[in-house]
Amino acid sequence: MKYLNEFRDARLVSNAMAEIRSATTRPWVLMEICGGQTHAIKRYGLDQLLPAEIELVHGPGCPVCVTSLELIDKALAIAELPHVIFTSYGDMLRVPGTGKDLFTVRAAGGDVRVVYSPLDAVKIALQNPDRQVVFFAIGFETTAPANAMSVLQAKSLGITNFSLLVSHVRVPPAMHAILGSPENRVQGFLAAGHVCTVMGYWEYSAIAERYHVPITVTGFEPLDISQGILMTVRQLESGTYTVENGYPRLVTFNGNRSAQAVINQIFRSCDRKWRGIGMIPDSGWCLKPEFQDYDAELRFQVDQIQPEESPLCIAGQILQGIKKPHQCLAFGEECSPEHPLGATMVSSEGACSAYFKYG
Amino acid sequence: MTEPKTISMQGAICPLPLVHNEKIVMGHGSGGKMSQDLIARWFMPPFDNPALRAGDDAGVVQATPRTRLAVSTDSHVVWPLFFPGGDIGRLAVCGTVNDVAMMGANPLYLTAGFILEEGLELSILERVVSSMRSAAEEAGIQIISGDTKVVQKGKADLLYINTSGVGLVPEGVQISGSLAQPGDVIILSGPIGNHGIAVLAARGDLGFQAEVQSDVAPLNHLVAAMLKASNPADPLASIHTLRDPTRGGLATSLNEIARQSAVCIAVEEASIHVNPAVAAACEMLGFDPLYIANEGRMIAVVGPVAAQPVLESMHSTRYGEDARIIGHVEAAPAGRVLMRTVLGSTRVVDTLSSELLPRIC
Repeated sequence: MKYLNEFRDARLVSNAMAEIRSATTRPWVLMEICGGQTHAIKRYGLDQLLPAEIELVHGPGCPVCVTSLELIDKALAIAELPHVIFTSYGDMLRVPGTGKDLFTVRAAGGDVRVVYSPLDAVKIALQNPDRQVVFFAIGFETTAPANAMSVLQAKSLGITNFSLLVSHVRVPPAMHAILGSPENRVQGFLAAGHVCTVMGYWEYSAIAERYHVPITVTGFEPLDISQGILMTVRQLESGTYTVENGYPRLVTFNGNRSAQAVINQIFRSCDRKWRGIGMIPDSGWCLKPEFQDYDAELRFQVDQIQPEESPLCIAGQILQGIKKPHQCLAFGEECSPEHPLGATMVSSEGACSAYFKYG
Repeated sequence: MTEPKTISMQGAICPLPLVHNEKIVMGHGSGGKMSQDLIARWFMPPFDNPALRAGDDAGVVQATPRTRLAVSTDSHVVWPLFFPGGDIGRLAVCGTVNDVAMMGANPLYLTAGFILEEGLELSILERVVSSMRSAAEEAGIQIISGDTKVVQKGKADLLYINTSGVGLVPEGVQISGSLAQPGDVIILSGPIGNHGIAVLAARGDLGFQAEVQSDVAPLNHLVAAMLKASNPADPLASIHTLRDPTRGGLATSLNEIARQSAVCIAVEEASIHVNPAVAAACEMLGFDPLYIANEGRMIAVVGPVAAQPVLESMHSTRYGEDARIIGHVEAAPAGRVLMRTVLGSTRVVDTLSSELLPRIC
């Protein structure tokens, strides 16, 4: 496939690895933000090809992993309602809430459907005017434009039986939280290429400046990731800390302005609780007051929820790069993809599932 | 930007484990780990016997002192009923023929049970049955007994078919998932992922189209040709394991063999053939072709001396033209499948965990 095969070319990756080796003189800890990058690293065994000095730790960029337990429990409660068709991306069905997951709800008769786009959920609402259709709007900046579009489309079609259960999160506040933590080990970042495709990378300069960390916008193929690591290591070795674009075939400084306009039209910034990390101020997006009619949290009264977490799993430390999946006592024992203790094991972008799958 | 908040590790906790042991969920039908757990926990103990315990595609029993029978059964609930390259009828015949053939047996007879939903158009039934007849003719088997049941509208999805099959295992032939040995060579009969992607595209609900035909086909003639090219009496020149990588895909079947034989299976990523259209669909949908179902492909684990003659015999048949050697068997780490990636690194290939695509067969 054009634009994919070139970026998986063994010779080019091997050249990049040789350059990384010659650029590296001492140990560095780099964090890749996005779970998609984590999986590519493990799937292609890139960590085996890197010099021993380079340690990759895995960031919080897995929307399934960081969606708060309260919100998952809300999703479960809404999905159980008899007049509701609950729609979601497939990964969310296996994330355990308190005592059950969406699969359990479906097996008990709940109408839970997997969709690949929120616009499909709008279509389902149009076809089922006597039912309430809810879409679980999870994700980072990448999925926000399509989710925002679904509200605009529902509004323009006069569809009133459609709503979003919003769990949107943003990358830059999470980077602040990680770098501001006293336990932080991260010295350089591979920023998430897809997020930057939408948002650009102007926001990251303040982070690089404030915490003195180099940041490289990085793609998802083996060559992209090798290139991102090389650019970050070169900055670390030379003591600079700027934002560089290692994914120029898709990312521009300003990002996709029309996508941002749609986001800004529908969403406002709000505080958001991240699973495993806790509350991060201004780290999420919520529906603006003028679109509250489409807010499932307001439409369905499901407030009396008391989520219960278990102390075994260390997903929080993993999502912040403090620990690696195999340092968890439960890893591969009590916790596996079929019997996940935590969301990092469930999601196809989760760090624990990457370690489990690819060894 | 707001002031960053110092992270409290109090938040770093996860939910209790979720074991689906009270109700059936779709993942139990995936062909992956949840299906294996379901069988091991709920079916193996009450039915326990040596043929079942072998855990192969068909049960093999000694019917008379000189006759060994391979018996298998398979239910088909694929949706939609018709898809590029096949339909539920062809699938129902090939699925069982192949399970019998994977024991090295020569399939002879099938039975067919139909569960029909009230309201099913008889013209649809006619098309399905006619397709079953063509597939049976191609495989050279007869359908000698059948059953029909009708359920109320809404209690089934138009049409489900169960087939059972019986075949004779030729004298001297010993093929099982537990017989792979270090030094053996692993052959894959063709490109992977076609069936799963063809069915998915035919559903149309993901809004994507692909020029992909299902690979559904009877493999018994291919197996017969391979047996002819090998020597059952010589461990270095015989076929040890055959398996058709259906639900759960190539990755799951290789893991089954590695576990059953307590060996390590080492494969080369670059040698596994995936058609460009299948590869593109997988990229788009976030699937790994290693986990996509096939209905006309086969893995063969053969002694090193048999590798070349068996491969050549496959190339001379209709469903083995694209056969390739994809790896070999090692002693350790036992029970694992390792893949050398295109970049030269090594990674573990695990069994499919749970539901990937429901109702693909």
